[in-house]
Amino acid sequence: MEHYNMNLTLKVWKQKNKNEKGRFETFNVKNISSEMSFLEMFDVLNEQLVAEGKEPIAFDHDCREGICGMCSMYINGRAHGPWHHTTTCQLHMREYKDGDTIVVEPWRANAFPVIKDLVVDRTSFDRIIQAGGYISVNTGNAVDANALPIDKQRADESFAAATCIGCGACVAACPNASAMLFVSAKVSHLALLPQGEPERKMRVVNMIEQMDKEGFGSCTNIGACEAECPKGISLENIARLNREYIGATFSGSAQHE
Amino acid sequence: MNWKQLFSTSVGKKLQMSLTGLFLILFLVVHCYVNAQVFRNDGGKSFNAYAHFMGTDYIIRTIEIGLFAFLFIHVIQGLVLYFRNRSLRNVRYAVSAGNKTSHWYSRSMALLGTLILLFLILHLSTFWGPNRYSQTIGNGELPLYDMMKDDFSQLWVVIVYVLGCFALSWHLVHGFYSAFQTLGLGTFRYKAAIKFVGVAFAIIIPLIFALMPISFYLNWIN
Ligand code: HEM
Ligand code: SF4
Ligand code: FES
Repeated sequence: MEHYNMNLTLKVWKQKNKNEKGRFETFNVKNISSEMSFLEMFDVLNEQLVAEGKEPIAFDHDCREGICGMCSMYINGRAHGPWHHTTTCQLHMREYKDGDTIVVEPWRANAFPVIKDLVVDRTSFDRIIQAGGYISVNTGNAVDANALPIDKQRADESFAAATCIGCGACVAACPNASAMLFVSAKVSHLALLPQGEPERKMRVVNMIEQMDKEGFGSCTNIGACEAECPKGISLENIARLNREYIGATFSGSAQHE
Repeated sequence: MNWKQLFSTSVGKKLQMSLTGLFLILFLVVHCYVNAQVFRNDGGKSFNAYAHFMGTDYIIRTIEIGLFAFLFIHVIQGLVLYFRNRSLRNVRYAVSAGNKTSHWYSRSMALLGTLILLFLILHLSTFWGPNRYSQTIGNGELPLYDMMKDDFSQLWVVIVYVLGCFALSWHLVHGFYSAFQTLGLGTFRYKAAIKFVGVAFAIIIPLIFALMPISFYLNWIN
């Protein structure tokens, strides 16, 4: 594909902190290469702002290779931009052409309050994990991995669920601000394995309780989460979560330790 | 058993939506079968016979109470969930994905449900209400078939009924599949089959319902 340069107009959400009201600000960037990633385009813009003595735009990023889930940006109405199975850091500027206007917003959900500009607080996800998204293992020598047979299909399904990077795109994209895709991925990946068995029922009950408490919405099976998830986490996991929950509800498991 | 969870958590409430929704779907099958008797075109003989049975049989009348209770739960819980969900995103997106990541009818279940509810109020207050009233004060059952003929000779009534059927159809295109997914049955193996049956159901049942007022209006039956 041919390389080219472009000039763009960006409308970016600026917000001082959690409590202050935000608003859009318009920026112009010049000579952006089609080979840059979306975040590199933001780097160029921020250097330009610093050179002009202005405050740069705050945005989250870490790995820049699509595995950490930090780079939350809602781009022209799409979580992580328009590419399928892609995080913002993996979105490249060849998607855009000279003269385009791009609107960039933070994830919007009360459970993800804006910390500054495009950076949101996703510790609500951490608290859901703390409520049950773990297995309790005593320390000591690691058990021989081959001592515990797991059939291939289960292992694959569990692994597919475990690829969730906790980015929050599912919440951002959901009209109900529901975290069910995230929670279902975390529940599934442990429920499918023998290591997850002992805490299986308690886990799903406690995680759902925490999910509600954090102010995430209920799932209406719309499917926007699945469409926007960079890791292709499937709605199948939500069906499994519901199954796990029904099982735990009707089998008399303890809710809390 | 932690059955209290069914009333306190979002997943529990969704389970109520699913089970009551499936019960309403069962009701639609029976209602549709009874109504379809008009297409025998026998001057209402079969229809009135069925209507008499449905209106007087004690078992059916008992189930009717359950039906209203389930409808009530479905409506209230549906609206409670809808308004809670709406309140969880105080700042809305300036640009939204629209139809690129989901279907409009999947996002509009509360609106479609409310349209169905408005239709139901009108529908029940023309047939079910007056009939039960007349039964209760001792004047006996009303001639439902003749009332229907009268009612469906007015164009606006026919239009309202057809619109009601449209709302029901779209509610079911999403709702049928959604109910199974909520029950945890939307697995890879069956997903395509459930979706297919759901769409077929959502087209066929409302179509049969809609054909009644249309057929009366156009004198296909009399
Ligand atoms: C005969 C009439 C009706 C039938 C057969 C029906 C059926 C269904 C079904 C099967 C679902 C899917 C449940 C799930 O996702 O698990 C559903 C969802 C829903 N229904 Fe109905 N429904 C009817 C009437 C109504 C009415 C009158 C309302 C009034 C507001 C309503 C509001 C809703 C809402 C808001 C949902 C989405 C709930 C959610 O996913 O959280 N429905 N319906
Ligand atoms: S399920 Fe997908 S969209 Fe949601 S947090 Fe995990 S990786 Fe991100
Ligand atoms: S910065 Fe790590 S996934 Fe984008």
